[in-house]
Amino acid sequence: MKFPMIFLALPLALTIGVLQAGAAENAGQIKVSKGAVQIERSGQRTPAPVGSVVQQGDLVITGADGSVGITFRDNSLLSVGPDSVLSIDRFVFDSTTHQGAFESSLKQGTLAVVSGKLAKQSPEAMKVRTPAAILGVRGTEFLVRTGAKD
Amino acid sequence: MLLPGKGPSPGALTVTSGDETRTLDQPYAAARVSRPGSVSTEKTSEAEVRQTFGPALAAQPGRPVSFYLYFLADTDEFTPESKQVVTQIFAEISRRQAPDVVVIGHTDRVGSAPHNDALSLRRAERVRDELVKLGIPRARISVAGRGAREPEVRTATQVSEPRNRRVEINVR
Repeated sequence: MKFPMIFLALPLALTIGVLQAGAAENAGQIKVSKGAVQIERSGQRTPAPVGSVVQQGDLVITGADGSVGITFRDNSLLSVGPDSVLSIDRFVFDSTTHQGAFESSLKQGTLAVVSGKLAKQSPEAMKVRTPAAILGVRGTEFLVRTGAKD
Repeated sequence: MLLPGKGPSPGALTVTSGDETRTLDQPYAAARVSRPGSVSTEKTSEAEVRQTFGPALAAQPGRPVSFYLYFLADTDEFTPESKQVVTQIFAEISRRQAPDVVVIGHTDRVGSAPHNDALSLRRAERVRDELVKLGIPRARISVAGRGAREPEVRTATQVSEPRNRRVEINVR
C-alpha cells in the first residue's frame, strides 16, 4: 500500500512551501540552484532547491559543483560559486521607507552582488564581510573572493 | 578581489581592513587584502573576472522587472489602458522559475503623508486581489505602500499628478 502514502506526502510538502513563502521573517528566495547547494539553519543542513526560502542567520553552502542565486526582499541579488560559504548575518527591510540593514559574510569562495533598495536608500545599510575586510556598498555591482591565495 | 560591475553607474565600494580603507569607483577596479590591515588596489579585466567568477555570475537571478498600473484621482480604480499591462505581467511571470511578485502602491502629493501611505497600501492590496483572482497564488504576492516617497514625476506638494498615482508590479 505505497500509493496512499505518496498522496498524503505531496499535499503536505506543498503546504509547507506555501507557509514558508508567506512568512514575515523571510530575507530572500533561491531563484537559481545548481549542483550541491545546502542551507544550514539552527545547525541542520538541508538541500536548497529553487524556491527555498533564505532567512537571517542562515549559512548558504555550495559543493565543488554547486552554485546558487538568491533574490532578497529589497531586490539585492547575491549569487555564489562552487566551494563557498555565505552567512546571512542580518536582514531587516522596511518596504515602506526602504530603511534597514543587510549584513552578510563570505567565509570562503566566490560571491557576486547586485545591491538593491537598502543600499540605494542609505549607503551604510549594506555590508559584506570577509575574514580580512569589510565592504561598504554604495549602490553597485561587485564580486568578492575569499580564499587561501588572497 | 572586488570590483564594481559595468552598469550605467558603477556606484562605489569601500574596502576596509584594519585602519586602511580604499574606495573602488571605476569599472574593473579591484582591491586585494593580502593580510589584515593591508589593502592594495589594482585593475582587473573581463577575462580575469570570467575565469574566477564565471559560475557565481552564471547563477545570478534574473533582474527584477517592474510594470505600472495607473489610477483615477483619489480612487483605487484603474485607468482603462492599464488593463492591457496585466497581459504583459503574466507573460513575465511565466518566463521565470519560482517567480514572486511585489505589488507596490504609490500616490501623488495631494493629501497628508499618513493618508497617502494608507492609500498606496490600499491600491497595492486592490491590485493584489485582482492578481489573485486572475490566478496568481496569494502566497507568491507581497504588498507594500510607498506613499508619495517615490514619484515618477517630481511635483510640489498638493499637486494632483496622474503619473504618480500608480501601482508598481515588481516581478522577480
